[in-house]
Amino acid sequence: MAKVASEHETETVALARADARAQGGRVADAMPYLPASSTPYPPPGVEPGALTWAETVAGGNYTHKVVARGTRIRLEDVTGQACAHVLLYNALEPWERLNVADTVKIGWQAYLTTGHPLLSGDGRVLATIVDDDSGRHDALCGTSTAAANRAKYGDSAPQGPSPSGRELFILAAAKHGLAPRDLPPSVSFFKGVGVKPDGGLEFTGSAGPGKAVELVAELPLIVLIANVPHPVDPSPAYTCGPLRVHAWRSAPTTPADPGRDATPEAHRALLNTADYLAARGL
Amino acid sequence: MSLATRNAVLDPANYAEGTVLDLAGPLVDGGVILLDEVVAARAPWSAVVSLGDILTIVDVGGNQSGDCLLYNAQDTDERYSVPDTIAWSGNVYVRTGTVLRSNQGNPLATVVANEIDRQDTIGGACGKESNTLRYGHHTAAEHGCRENFLAEAAKYGMGARDIVSNLNWFMNVPIEADGTLGIVDGISGPGKRVAFRAEMDILVLVSNCPQMNNPCNDFNPTPLRMIVTEGAA
Repeated sequence: MAKVASEHETETVALARADARAQGGRVADAMPYLPASSTPYPPPGVEPGALTWAETVAGGNYTHKVVARGTRIRLEDVTGQACAHVLLYNALEPWERLNVADTVKIGWQAYLTTGHPLLSGDGRVLATIVDDDSGRHDALCGTSTAAANRAKYGDSAPQGPSPSGRELFILAAAKHGLAPRDLPPSVSFFKGVGVKPDGGLEFTGSAGPGKAVELVAELPLIVLIANVPHPVDPSPAYTCGPLRVHAWRSAPTTPADPGRDATPEAHRALLNTADYLAARGL
Repeated sequence: MSLATRNAVLDPANYAEGTVLDLAGPLVDGGVILLDEVVAARAPWSAVVSLGDILTIVDVGGNQSGDCLLYNAQDTDERYSVPDTIAWSGNVYVRTGTVLRSNQGNPLATVVANEIDRQDTIGGACGKESNTLRYGHHTAAEHGCRENFLAEAAKYGMGARDIVSNLNWFMNVPIEADGTLGIVDGISGPGKRVAFRAEMDILVLVSNCPQMNNPCNDFNPTPLRMIVTEGAA
């Protein structure tokens, strides 16, 4: 909605207070829903009372949250044009964080989908991908930078028309006491990239609107999400659709869980995670 | 290192039977040699390479992974970025001409010469903890590249927050059509080299990989030679 000075009466404190308070309760296309149970878009099969995070993140914006172990996080690409760049940290010791190289190498697989553990560099699972009907994700190209967005779109600033993922991550990280040096390579969901035999990249893009991916937190996590165009998206326009985020209380993976413990590497990563939590009394 | 240590490091009798050690020399012509050091098997190494100067890394014993991180020497918050290097170059493999980019998208270095088909930047570093996932908890006592990086980074006031995904000179990590990937037998050999030119003053950290559970070192860790030559004025 248009916001212009002529619509407001704010000459005195009393008028300004009334004007400010009159704005409460309005609805925007992209916003958090509080309490989370009030979301207009509850995920199918999820009891709204179990929700702990409900939000629509606009293209070119970001969000972040500390979530408990066992939280199930659902990311939905509403229009088929979102691209969710994600960083994860152990909330107890945030120098333990997503390690993309270990995630693809130890999983023996570059393309992320259901069952893939997202690993830290410390031999533990931060989160497991537990559902995915998109299959178009990327663990190779990271997110965009100021230099890349200035070259491609002419601007990269968070307050401008084409924010870069790294600049949004810097803001999200800062709100948890983390600095730019704390931003490792990220993964992204809803835009695919393939590798050709000569190593060249092939952008495969979106799987369409309404696709979702779900993660389960295996440790207490700091979650940072930047919703920006993929860095190798060939479109010259800064096109990025809304991202819907919902999270709810669920159960972490246990060693010997048949669906998520399919490989010896995942099994030992889960053992290491359980060992770490047991020693901390968690 | 002392002469006695250097002699031991360069004595093939101290490695697997049949090991050939070839020290080669700078991969680029001309240029005053500013630094010339041998890195013992399993050891870390670091140096600042100034803008325009060229670092040649020699795979002395063949198929020896040299895990490598680069930092802006004036501001180490700016450091090597695997995804920026891949996204800007449009290719997951590193070859002659590949610009090694920072997390800000800026060129840290450019590969100016390379004697093997492709170099790796997907496979990351080994480490004490990750070895337990990859091979089992019986390997937990073994030294890894992450430990080398942490030890060397500490000399510059850096720690775990500063260690990110890296380059692996002379390591071979193919990605197959279905996304399957992994470290396989090397395509390097004794005396093979790679050289890169610093595009700003860069701090170079190297871990001469100690891994003994996969073919990244031919199950036979051997030395690396590091030669910095002055760039053209």
